[in-house]
Formats: sequence, structure tokens, C-alpha cells
Amino acid sequence: MIYLDNAATTRPKPPGVAEAVTAAMNAYGNCGRGVHDDALSAARTVYGVRQKLADLFNCSRADHVAFTQNSTQALNIAISGLLTAEDHVISTDLEHNSVLRPLYRLREQGMAVEFVSAGRTGSIDYGDFERLLRPNTRAVVCTHASNLTGDLVDIQQVGAFAHRHGLLFILDASQTAGVFPIDMERRHIDVVCFTGHKSLLGPQGTGGLCVREGVEVRPFAVGGTGVQSYLETQPMEYPTRLEAGTLNSHGIAGLGAALDFIEKTGMDAIRAHEMDLARRFYQAVRLLPGVTVYGDHTAPERAPVVTLNIGDVDSAEVSDELAERFGIATRPGAHCAPRLHRALGTGAQGAVRFSWSYFNTAAETDAAAEAVRVLAEEAL
Amino acid sequence: MREKTEKCVVTFRTTTGAMAMERACKSAGVPGRLIPVPRTITAGCGMCWAAPPAAREAVEELVMEQHLDVDGIYAIIL
Repeated sequence: MIYLDNAATTRPKPPGVAEAVTAAMNAYGNCGRGVHDDALSAARTVYGVRQKLADLFNCSRADHVAFTQNSTQALNIAISGLLTAEDHVISTDLEHNSVLRPLYRLREQGMAVEFVSAGRTGSIDYGDFERLLRPNTRAVVCTHASNLTGDLVDIQQVGAFAHRHGLLFILDASQTAGVFPIDMERRHIDVVCFTGHKSLLGPQGTGGLCVREGVEVRPFAVGGTGVQSYLETQPMEYPTRLEAGTLNSHGIAGLGAALDFIEKTGMDAIRAHEMDLARRFYQAVRLLPGVTVYGDHTAPERAPVVTLNIGDVDSAEVSDELAERFGIATRPGAHCAPRLHRALGTGAQGAVRFSWSYFNTAAETDAAAEAVRVLAEEAL
Repeated sequence: MREKTEKCVVTFRTTTGAMAMERACKSAGVPGRLIPVPRTITAGCGMCWAAPPAAREAVEELVMEQHLDVDGIYAIIL
């Protein structure tokens, strides 16, 4: 199988990740429960990975890195823990349901949400952020890159806007963490939500949020923490405040190994390789008769995603042909991005998403482009 | 049971605080180890850093320098 569905989850993982998970499963006790060697081994690893993530995102405090199962959980915690029914929030049409549904749920309670719109090309106008501003605007919640088109959101501009107006800036880094630099300080980001299993190259079931010091996120889940056991409420110290229940220290050990790989390989080298492959594919398919490619491919940098359709053929059928006849894994359908699909006019057809990771090759990319050529020819 | 001696004991509110302390002490060469919190101390976190009494000054310096999130520092017989 030529795996080009890395925006859904990266595969394979770097050498050492699975081994770290296995070693943790065989050796670790429960992080923060007990003070024997096995429990301490888990706690030390978990703390070490907090530090690595704090370094990655330039979060000033390792204890402000809280672990979750994934981005969705992190975004639920950040959005429901910072916003109220009285607030107004600005987001964008590029968002994944992991941002949209927590916002829609708060909207049912009275919160106002407005979206910077994506035109037919899927691009946003940054002037819209200013135009949507209200006296009670509390936050901007947005993705760093569309999971559908790969288009980046300029977090320098959005961060400056949020900072200028004293707004919270909650960033969904699901598609970019580990590949694109994200500096919480320079970009005025208050919360970065990330998942471990995509561009961070770690195991599924890992993720988290980095919270700027002084930003008070209300606890989401409450329960066992291993500390302050006689307190009837969730302890308010970070990261315990946001971490009820046993942590996935096995997965976090794997995430630590993945972060080591990213550091050793270099984020710039990873990004350059992935973007080269995506560009190579784009150049090969963009002018094929019947093929429509979505997103802004004139941008100097973009997430390694190319999404297309062939004529008016159902994207599910194209993706299935790619898998069954050519052994190429892609993702058709809606990609949990309903607003952007509507903007692009692909609500009914869906679209076929090709997405790369560091472990893909030029030969795989060329094979995928050739498969698209064959299918496009047959569809004419 | 082992013979009891005086110890400098540092308590924490979170496991993360205890981990930061252990890492800081190891890096600075300050002696001690993490142990379960004895019942004579009320502490939030179930683990505490136990060091020889002579290390108290070094421990306090580290806590100040690195803004370590400690709950309390005690001298007790353990």
C-alpha cells in the first residue's frame, strides 16, 4: 500500500516509537500513583515529554503542558474551559469539527460565533478578523492549516490581531505541529492544541494542550489525580487541573521517541521533504483534463496536502479505485470540514485528499499521480 | 524497620512539581530521592523529596532559583 493518508494519521511511525511504547508497557507503573521505581519511571518519562513539548511550542512552563487523548479533547477542554455564553468568538470556515462542534455547542447556550469566510477558492481575507470584532469578542479559535486543502492560516497575522485587541488565541495545530514552527510567545498564542498521531509522528491516543502562564482554563473532566486526594474539587494546579484519570504514559513514551526523531531529523528537513513531494504531485496532476485541485497552491508554504476531484465522479469511488486497483490510500468525503466543503462547492461530491509524511518517496508520489492520470482519462 | 534519622523533606502539590524537583536536584548534584509522603506531613502530592539535612540550603536555593512549585520544606525524623 502506498500510504498517502497522513493527514488522517501518519504511517509508518519513526524507528523507536513502537519500541518505546512496548518498553513502557513492559516496565511502567502508573504515573503519579505510588513512589516506587516503576511508577517513577512513568512519571519521569511523562515529565520529560512535557518538557520536550514546551520546548517545541516555546511554552514557558513544562507544567502548563497537559496531556489528552487527541486534539479534539484538547480543543474541547480549551474552548469550554475559557469561553462562556456571554462571549463572542471569531473562527474561520477552514475549521475541523473538533473546533466547530465545541463552538456550536456553546452557541446553543448563547455564545455568539462568527466565521471568517473562505471564498470559492478556500482562501480567507485577514481583514475580516477586524470586521467581525465586537466589544464582547473574547477569543479567536482557528486552525493552523486546513486539513482539507492544506492551506496555512497566517498565525503571525492572527496572533497580532488577537494581541492588539486583548483576545485569547486558541490554535488548533493538528495538521502542523512538528512540521511548521509554532512559537507561543512570538505569535501571541494562549493555547496550542495538538494531537500526537499526525505530524508529530507519535501513537494514537496522545495529544494535549500548552497553556500560556496566567491563562485560567476551567477543569473539564474531574476525578483521580494521585494528589490532593481529600480535596472535593479538582486541584487547580497545572497540569493536574486538566488531567483527571490515569495518563497514557505508554503512548506518551512513544510520543517522546517521535519528538526525539523530529529533533534529530530537523523540522526544516521534514517540512522541505513533505512539501517537495506534495508540490511534485500537484505539478503532475494540476493540468490533467477533468481534474480539479482545491486550495491555494501559489503559497510559498503549505501543509503537505493535495485535494482534488475528477470530473463529477463521487470522491468515494475515486478513493476506492485508488485503493483497490492501485494500492494507494487516500481519504474521500467530507474530512470533518463541512464549512470549507460548502465554500468550495464540494458538499455533495466530497473530494479526494492525498497527504504526505516524511516517510513517503518520490516514486510513491509519481505512482499516485499516474493513477490519477489513468482514472481521469477513463472518466472523460 | 530501618533506623530513623533527620531528613530535609520537600512536598509538592502535583506529581509534575515532584518531577521538576527531582530533575533539578539531579542536574545540580543535590542529593536525595523521591519517597512516599510520611503521615506526619500533610501534603497534596503523595511523593516528596527526602534529602540529608546538610542539603537543605542547596535545596532551598534550587527552589528559589528555578521557581520550583513546592508545597513546603520540613525537617523531620524519618
